[in-house]
Amino acid sequence: MAHITVTVDGVKYSDQVEPRLLLVHYLREVVGKTGTPIGCDTSNCGACTVLMDGQSVKSCSVLAVQADGSDVTTIEGLANGELHPVQRAFHEEHALQCGYCTPGMIMAATDLLRDNPHPTEEEIRDGLEGNLCRCTGYENIVRAVKRASESAVAQ
Amino acid sequence: MTATIDAPAAELGKARLRKEDAKLITGQTNWTDNIRLPGMLHLAFLRSPYAHAKISRVDVSGALGQPGVIAAFSGADFAAEQGSLPCAWPVTPDIVIPPHPPMAVDEVRYVGEAVAVVVARDRYAAADALASIDVDYEPLPPVLDIRTALDEGSPKVHEAGNKSYEWVFANGDMDAAFRDAPVVLERNYRQQRLIPCAMEPRAVVAQWIADEVTLWSATQIPHVLRFALSAFFGIPEQNVRVIAPDVGGGFGSKLQVTAEEVLAVLIGRKVGKPVKWTESRTEGNLTVHHGRDQWQKIRIAADADGRIRGLEVDLLADMGAYLMLVTPGVPLLGAFMFPAIYKMDAYSFKCTGVFTTKMPTDAYRGAGRPEATFAIERIMDELAVALGIEPLELRERNWIKHEEFPYTTICGLTYDSGNYEAATAKAKELFDYDVLREEQRQRNERGDKVRLGIGISTFTEMCGLAPSRVLGSLSYGAGGWESASIRMLPTGKVEVVTGSSAHGQGHETAWSQIVADQLGVPFEDIRVLHGDTLVSPKGMDTYGSRSLAVGGLALVGACDKVVAKAKIIAAAMLEASADDLEFSGGRFSVRGDPEASRTIQEIALATFAAHALPDGVEPSLDSDATYDPDNFSFPHGTHLCATEVDTETGFVKIRSYVAVDDVGVVVNPLIVEGQVHGGIAQGIAQALYEEGVYDDEGNLVTTTLADYLLPSAADLPSYQTERTTTPANNRLGVKGVGEAGTIASTPAVVNAIVDALRSFGVHDITMPCTPERVWRAIQAGSEQSGGAA
Repeated sequence: MAHITVTVDGVKYSDQVEPRLLLVHYLREVVGKTGTPIGCDTSNCGACTVLMDGQSVKSCSVLAVQADGSDVTTIEGLANGELHPVQRAFHEEHALQCGYCTPGMIMAATDLLRDNPHPTEEEIRDGLEGNLCRCTGYENIVRAVKRASESAVAQ
Repeated sequence: MTATIDAPAAELGKARLRKEDAKLITGQTNWTDNIRLPGMLHLAFLRSPYAHAKISRVDVSGALGQPGVIAAFSGADFAAEQGSLPCAWPVTPDIVIPPHPPMAVDEVRYVGEAVAVVVARDRYAAADALASIDVDYEPLPPVLDIRTALDEGSPKVHEAGNKSYEWVFANGDMDAAFRDAPVVLERNYRQQRLIPCAMEPRAVVAQWIADEVTLWSATQIPHVLRFALSAFFGIPEQNVRVIAPDVGGGFGSKLQVTAEEVLAVLIGRKVGKPVKWTESRTEGNLTVHHGRDQWQKIRIAADADGRIRGLEVDLLADMGAYLMLVTPGVPLLGAFMFPAIYKMDAYSFKCTGVFTTKMPTDAYRGAGRPEATFAIERIMDELAVALGIEPLELRERNWIKHEEFPYTTICGLTYDSGNYEAATAKAKELFDYDVLREEQRQRNERGDKVRLGIGISTFTEMCGLAPSRVLGSLSYGAGGWESASIRMLPTGKVEVVTGSSAHGQGHETAWSQIVADQLGVPFEDIRVLHGDTLVSPKGMDTYGSRSLAVGGLALVGACDKVVAKAKIIAAAMLEASADDLEFSGGRFSVRGDPEASRTIQEIALATFAAHALPDGVEPSLDSDATYDPDNFSFPHGTHLCATEVDTETGFVKIRSYVAVDDVGVVVNPLIVEGQVHGGIAQGIAQALYEEGVYDDEGNLVTTTLADYLLPSAADLPSYQTERTTTPANNRLGVKGVGEAGTIASTPAVVNAIVDALRSFGVHDITMPCTPERVWRAIQAGSEQSGGAA
């Protein structure tokens, strides 16, 4: 067992974990952050995307021990009193149906806009290539990211 | 009590943002895999690595001493109680339905079939212990190709042989239609095997308390599942509760009674603790039922002016190793759709269901109709080329004209409504059809290396499953009604209970809109409940684009009853005759005296108090209704796709995609547009990207999302969607929409690719049209036609 200390959504957690424990299982089953779902075992789908020290990572391909000392933001910690502009844009553009890919999609889009605050449609599509959605055909996801990028508070 | 409030504006047609979203965008969703119960144990399944083998020995004892392991079982441990997974659609009297034990006992018939299970305190421990189970297999030959599986001497999947059934339908004089026909074309098309890949993997939690069991499952069909657990596995129905919590997509794949659901219930009873299983994506690709997988032979006879005389369809359909819930019926849903929107003199259809040593097939978005639509729309393009008629013109010469509705097709279906002219005209205009045709001509003329192709799909489909009598006549095991309840709460708020089990479709929003209009209460005052057989005891669930066209109409029926009850109480409160009351915008008022009125919400409170109800009136406005449709729903539309095909690399780029859909009256345009987008994407995915591939030994090669290519945002185009509105013949005027996009888009894309390459001698490309296949088709076509165009 290894001892790790991870800040998740602003709260510091210290836990003994198996070295093989995946970050996504740590988040879901140890910390209780079930807002981050798991969609595949090969890091293709991106449903489990979280921000680790500000960068988007697929938490199914990070070990919990690798997150020791890190600051992790999940979908549950993104809203700060009010919805994050990306969350709001997903709602307003109907960019989700079943919602399973949505936490990862929103976290990936947040990271995309941090890197590139004013992306073109093509840049949005390329930037979200690692996140799969089966419901929306991506049309409204692209619109939502565009809308978030146009909202003044989006950074 | 004031009478001056304006009646609420109509909700129908309003682009309401979804009520569902608040939890979904903040990570507060309740997926089955989130559920943790005290003392809960975890399951891991050992699965067959062989496509076909005798099981000579299973020894689970090695797992029992492993850390965290509580129990381990093999198929023999369930032999007395596990029965057979149900097939609800015995399509012919002599159909072969082999026994399908949830856990294999003597023989495995596909890779991934469960042979043993470990029960442990956490999921890692359960998975670890699988390595300590010994299984001895005696491999048997696999059966992998339905085109040879019926040959004499083929290895057998089941003792009874490899044929499950043959189903035929015919109408009209086929001999007359084909004899002396100026043109007869025959084509063979392949519907590849697809893997549904809902983003949420399946998950199950089973908890017994005394003799009652609660099953949480990522399912589309909590009600059907409850019935099945009771009818086929001996648990009294009143003791079974099934909950579909938030469910992350289905597309038909969660329209199933699965081995893991049944086994979780049986194992939970054995170990006396709640048990949970969540599949990995690899397990999902292996063992969630697959879709499509047909070989289609289609012949068409036409006059020289393009008028269709007759159509003959001969299908081979891969059942996989067993018949699951509606496996054999899927091709039948297509049987009635090959004639599509076209008039003809004669039609015959034959389908042979064949067993293989692969994962069973079953319903996948569109279920039978995408296959049929693909074949007819592909051969219409071939017929256009053969006759030298513009492909849209050929279609128009044959389709049912708007003034001919209602129209009874050669299949005996009565299409209630439609306007193919209007949808096509709108699509042509948005697409700039004539301009693109001219560009295509120029590119061909100058021998451009990137060719332009235009693909057409003028489709209809039958959904809103379904009139119970029709299902009965097709030997389906259940009805096609849907249930709704309205509960008027004392404060005037409304609970709507629906038997339709949503998993992404937006029922909570759309149902609120319908009820808001019917009862005249604010959208915000309505809550929609579903997906739990304790809360919503009666239902037929969600599949076949049925929720709105059936479940939505049930809501209207329930609202009618609420209003009728409220009217009597309103009359008493207003000291008027019920006959003198009118109900509008949620308010009963006395004709000629608008000041004298009561809202239905006020009446709810008065009913709750029950102080002054008329004699004999029960103190409740609550009402139930069950709606059984008298016809299917027939959405239609015209989809146009422009592809640019690089003739040197075979790479296909979709340049533009226009979809004009007619789904009748629209409750929420935002939701409808989203359904169309997602549907188109899934159809494009079949045309260009996806295929479930087994190797020569029967191993599934596409077990992960690295191997099974779900398209990403970078792979798909932007879609231009529009609508025409021909109201359906029901009280809301609504049709289904969930599958339309998927049904329409696959042939539009493939027609566009073939259209781009006609001058290279290309007449077909097998799906998925990967760059390699497109390139090879160009090479083969060029060789045959003696050089590149």
